[in-house]
This record gives sequence, C-alpha cells and structure tokens, in this order.
Amino acid sequence: MYQYDEYDQKMVETRVAEFRDQVERRLSGDLTEDQFTPLRLMNGLYLQLHAYMLRVAVPYGTLSAAQMRMLAQIARKYDKGYGHFTTRQNIQYNWIQLKDAPDILADLATVEMHAIQTSGNCIRNISSDQFAGVAKDEVCDPRPYAELLRQWSSFHPEFSYLPRKFKFAVIASAEDRAAMRLHDIGIEMVRNDADELGAKFFAGGGMGRTPMIGPCVREFVPADALISYSEAILRVYNRYGRRDNKYKARIKILVHELGIEEFRRQVEAEFAHMHPLDLDPPRAELTRIQAFFAPPAYEPLPDGFDDSDPDFKLWADANLHPHKVPGYAAATISLKPVGGIPGDASAEQMDLIADLAARYSMDEVRVTHAQNLVLPNVRQADLYALWQELDAAGLAPANLDLASDIIACPGLDYCSLANARSIPIAQKLAQRLAPVERDLGELKIKISGCINACGHHHAGHIGILGVDRKGVENYQLLLGGSGAEDVSLAKITGPGFDENGIVDAVETVTNLYRKRREDGERFVDTYRRLGMDPFKEALYG
Amino acid sequence: MIILTGNDLKTGDVVWWTGDGWSRHVGHAVFVGSGEEPGGAAEIMHREEAARAVNGPYEVEATDEGAGPVPSHIKERMRAAGPSVRLDLGVQAEG
Repeated sequence: MYQYDEYDQKMVETRVAEFRDQVERRLSGDLTEDQFTPLRLMNGLYLQLHAYMLRVAVPYGTLSAAQMRMLAQIARKYDKGYGHFTTRQNIQYNWIQLKDAPDILADLATVEMHAIQTSGNCIRNISSDQFAGVAKDEVCDPRPYAELLRQWSSFHPEFSYLPRKFKFAVIASAEDRAAMRLHDIGIEMVRNDADELGAKFFAGGGMGRTPMIGPCVREFVPADALISYSEAILRVYNRYGRRDNKYKARIKILVHELGIEEFRRQVEAEFAHMHPLDLDPPRAELTRIQAFFAPPAYEPLPDGFDDSDPDFKLWADANLHPHKVPGYAAATISLKPVGGIPGDASAEQMDLIADLAARYSMDEVRVTHAQNLVLPNVRQADLYALWQELDAAGLAPANLDLASDIIACPGLDYCSLANARSIPIAQKLAQRLAPVERDLGELKIKISGCINACGHHHAGHIGILGVDRKGVENYQLLLGGSGAEDVSLAKITGPGFDENGIVDAVETVTNLYRKRREDGERFVDTYRRLGMDPFKEALYG
Repeated sequence: MIILTGNDLKTGDVVWWTGDGWSRHVGHAVFVGSGEEPGGAAEIMHREEAARAVNGPYEVEATDEGAGPVPSHIKERMRAAGPSVRLDLGVQAEG
C-alpha cells in the first residue's frame, strides 16, 4: 500500500501543528466559534449530538495492520472504546474532546493517517472497491489512480471552497461494489478496443434530498489524462455550480439543469484548453505510486479448503469473495451482528482484526462502503483458523449481502442533522429477518435518519428514510434501489410507518417477494418485474 | 417553557443552564424567560458564550414533569440522556 514520502509526512505534520495552534486560540478565546468552526471542520472535527465527532480518512478504504491498531488505540485512549465505520469507508469517533483533538491527529500522523478534507466543501476521501487489487474481475488495480486523485485533490487551492462537498469513487470492475454512479464523479477504469487503459467518467450522481444517477460524461479518457479531465469537470462545477442555495449546490443539480450534452460540451471545452498545458503528472509519478500497490508475494497454492464444519461453511459461503490468485480468498468481516450497531467495532475487535491482518492477510485490511471490513489476502488453507478466531470475538456473522447486513447511518442516536433514529430500526429488522435471511437471498436494506441519505436509502433494495412528523419519528419505505452496476433509485411506497410499523412493513414486502418470486430472482428483481402496485396493495390494502 | 443548552467548549459535553452555571444533567436546568427581556435567554447566552462557559447555546422547549424539565423534542431528550442504543454511555449511564 502507499507510503508517505517526506512531502506527504511534512504536509500532515504541519497541518497538525497548525490545528494545535488553532485549538489553543479557540480555548483561550482568541478565536470565536464562528471563526473556529470552518477550521475544525477542515480537520474532520464536527460538533455532534453528544460531543465532538472526529472523522478520520481511510483513503480508498485501505488500512495496514499498524493503522488499524492506531484506530483501536485512539478509540481506547481518547474515546469510549469504539469507533464507527461509515459508508464513505472512513471511521468516526463520537466522544472526542476538543482539547485532545490535536494529540489524536498527531498520533494518526505517526501511521500516515489524517482527518483532512473529511468535511467541508472540498474533495472528500476518494472511495473505491473494497476488493481492489485482488478482485478477479478488475481490469487493473484502481487504487493507484485513487491515490493520484488523493494527492492532486489534497489542499488543491482552486477546489478548497467548492459550491458544496465533492465525492469521487474509482473502480475497475464492471461489477460496481462502490456505488460509483451515485458519486459526484464516478470513474470506472476500462480498456478500449485497442486494449489501452483509460477511464470512463460519470458525473452528477448523488443521493441526499435530490438523488441522481450520474450520467456518462465520456466513455474513454486515456489513463494519463485522468487528472486533467477531473480538473476540467471540477472547473466547470466550480464556475457554474450554484452557491446561492446549498440545497441546489451539488454538481448533480448543475448537470441536471444544463443537461448532460451541454455539461459535456463545457467539460470538453475546458479539457481541450487544459490538456495541452501538460498539467497531468508525468507517467513516472504514476509508476512510482503503482509500485506501492504491487501484488504481495503470493505463494503458488491450489484452490480449495475443508468446509466440513457446517457453521464455518455458512460463513464461507456468505462472506468469501473470489481472489485473482489461486489458493487465496478475500474474507469479509461483518460488523453486523444481529441486534448490534451496524459499522461499530470495539477497540478490542479492532486490535484483533489488526493482528489477524498481520497473520493472515499480508498486513492489509479494507473498509467497505457497506460498513464491513475485509481481509483481502487470506490463504484458503488459513480460512478455518481465521473464522474460528473471528467467531470467538463475535466477528463472524455469516450474513454478507443478506437481510441483516444492513447499512444504517448513525441517525438520531448520534447525529445532530438526523430526524429519526436509524440504528434501532436496523436492530429490529435484523432480529425479525435473520431467521429467514438465507431464504430471502441477497437483500440490501439501507436506512437513513434524514434526507441527507448517509445510510444510502435511495440505493437500497429496501430503503428506509426516517423523518420527523410533528416531533414523532416516522419512517418512509422505499423499494427498488440499487447502488451496484444495476444502479437504480428506490421509490417511496406511500405513507410512512412508526417504529414498529416499519418493521412489519418490511416483513410484509419480503413475504410478498417470497410468494411471487420466480426462480433465481432476488428481491429487487421481483420488484422490478412486478412493479410497485402489488407491494402497495400488500402494505396499504 | 424554555431551558438553555449548549456544549462544553473543551469536552463537547451537552450542558444545561442551571441559573448559576452549566450542568450535564437536564434535571438541574432552570426555566428562563425567552427572548430579549432583561435577564432572559438572549442575555444569558450572550454572556456565557462570551465567557467561553458554553459553546453554541440555544433555547429548547421543555415541560415541567415534577422531577425537573424534560425537553419536548426527542432530539433534545436524546442529547440529555445519551444514545438510545448504548445505555452504557452518556448521562443515562450515570444513573
């Protein structure tokens, strides 16, 4: 994985020192809260429902064992013994004290981590496929390109005050495991007919109060023009994105209002102006970065392992992903125990996962946008031993992509923007559906506690949106969304439900699916075939 | 009726105006006059924030339930107690 050079390290350490001074000035009264707020947000520090919350960037979801250990240490030393992995492949700590924030950032810097640009109207953490570099179906490892984008976008002076926040996702497989088309810019690395590597650019996707699927801006941008094409899009957005209304300020609104043809024309004009200026990094820089992502020393091993233990087999069937190297597998560690809090991990669990990564996964861990973790490089011969250790620590729910593998935002339990709680709904749903989840098959349930959609409810096969109805939590049910390569936006069924009613409602629609499905159909396939009407009929009569 | 809340500047803890300071326990909160009247909410918040005794103070609707004020909105009740999914955390964990 990428390692900081002296400039990276100096940049992060300088920022820590700068923020330490800013915190001291705030505590001494030299800065007002109005002056300080944008400064702390640029360092990922929010003031949330119960305390300060620190969001730490995990670039493209990749962590080393040492970094995971540091995340555990921070949870133990400065927080309340746990952290929350998010749908942006980051981690959040919910109980941070302002006076400790500079020390935390200093500790993070010792393992080449930071919280820079995890908030604010800038380019946020670049997300990617959790199986990047090991997936059988990828055309290349997308992480060097994500890293190139990270370096380009870090402290980019032109893009530090965009009309609104800006999110990239970079993938390199036809199967989309990163909700790529629901990002401000989605990039799919592809090969053209001449077998040259390039990038297919999508722009103007997003969730929030106005969900949009990003249309394709250009089918093929040569890989060595990735930065200048990104810059061309950002320049058009920065110039014409609406700053008069924060609810219309995301690039998706600009793309929608201009129309993709006019937006594309403007981007291409900007690109035609910029590209000859030779602003893209030299190929040697990409080569330097790619060297950090060179495949580790895999052993020649045969495929296959003993899965005669039925409990292990359940986990292996659900949680393993094919590896591009024979004899290896990528193992997902589900952070979704039935009745637990989606995405939460204790310091002890994080320490254990770091140890397991060091022993079984060539020192690597990945964070998924579905709030799980992955050990990407496990020898198949080690899988049973790995599972036993995970199981003993409560980290072996065998539920990947099943009904209890629910994405849920922190909701009103933690978030000051939320209108309703998300986590208790996820817990109740998991308890209700877990007994039948294998029969239900792939079912992606996603819950947000407000219209900002951090829980990706628009992209759920079943989505749930919490709203405030005269001071009472109420939940809207949505059906038919997907954040994968069959991307679609879920539609609201009708009037909302109370806390218990929404659980009954989800069971109603899953029961209808079980009655009406055809061979091989997932829930979302049945919904697409039947349409909304029978589901509405079952729900509302 | 109105009570005042905000966050402790250093710790971020949720705090409530008690009449002579700030407490983490909403039960210690006192009702205040709203608006700009002398000694009312605006004056208290301005003074306390200037002294850095509290961060981002604001008014909250509450009712008197006998054992002290109870915020009317679920969000403020959540702030007062702690997360409903972690009863071991927040003021609620202190009994």
